[in-house]
Amino acid sequence: MAHNENCRQLLGSLSEYVDGTAEESICADIERHLADCNNCRVVVDTLRRTVYLVRSTRPEETVMPAEVRDRLYKVLNLEDYLNSGG
Amino acid sequence: MSQNGSKPPPISLEALKAGDKAQFALLVEQNSNQIYRLALRILGNEQDAEDVLQETFIKAFRHIQDFDGRSRLSTWLYRIATNEALMLLRKRKPDTLSVDDTTETDDGELTEPVQIVDWAQLPEDELLSSETLAYVDQAIEALPERLKITFILREVEGLSTLEAAEVLNISEAALKTRLSRARLQLRESLTEYFEGRFEGKVYGT
Ligand SMILES: [Zn+2]
Repeated sequence: MAHNENCRQLLGSLSEYVDGTAEESICADIERHLADCNNCRVVVDTLRRTVYLVRSTRPEETVMPAEVRDRLYKVLNLEDYLNSGG
Repeated sequence: MSQNGSKPPPISLEALKAGDKAQFALLVEQNSNQIYRLALRILGNEQDAEDVLQETFIKAFRHIQDFDGRSRLSTWLYRIATNEALMLLRKRKPDTLSVDDTTETDDGELTEPVQIVDWAQLPEDELLSSETLAYVDQAIEALPERLKITFILREVEGLSTLEAAEVLNISEAALKTRLSRARLQLRESLTEYFEGRFEGKVYGT
């Protein structure tokens, strides 16, 4: 594995690069480097996949159990509102 | 993300500050699920998550007068919940670092990628197997505390960089650095996982 100084310098910007939020000049630097660094290409591709995988775990499906909600409203003296909404 | 178009009713801060119970109930209704989820993610334990959930809204109720309205109410609640969760963690393991602690190498060099295996070429169905997704959860769980919390706020709960930075009381630049570290670290764990799992198979080039 090449411990290239360029690779190391770009590493901190890769996260913003895969988000498309890196500055234009940094994007250009990264793309120039990726053109002839296979290792960094692999890092970028797998980093992109990592972000994609995390977003595929759909954590929003975790829902607070009804008993937890009931107890919360009780602790807060909001029982009167338990059946509104939700 | 598809929520059939209906926006939740707006919450009036003045009414909250005046002690309006119905408004407070609305605040609880609109935010309790996210707060519970966040606490569960950070603490990994349902009882602790419930304690943090209750404590968060008790504190919000008690301290609503101190809320200055500069951030969103949801951001403020996340902040209370994050602090509560960290307090619990510290009680459990006294050596846990605070999120604001800078003794960890925040400005030091990034850990260089160790693993260079091109698993990005794997077909979608192998990539998104339920086993893999369960592993992703574990890998997030295993991140160092503050990288984990940063990652959850930004990537799992979907807060903006600014909001997540406000919750953690750090600069946006520091937030971005932590997010970058968390992602690179996750990439390492996933690479290890795929390397072990698909050993012997031919990867695309
Ligand atoms: Zn490189």
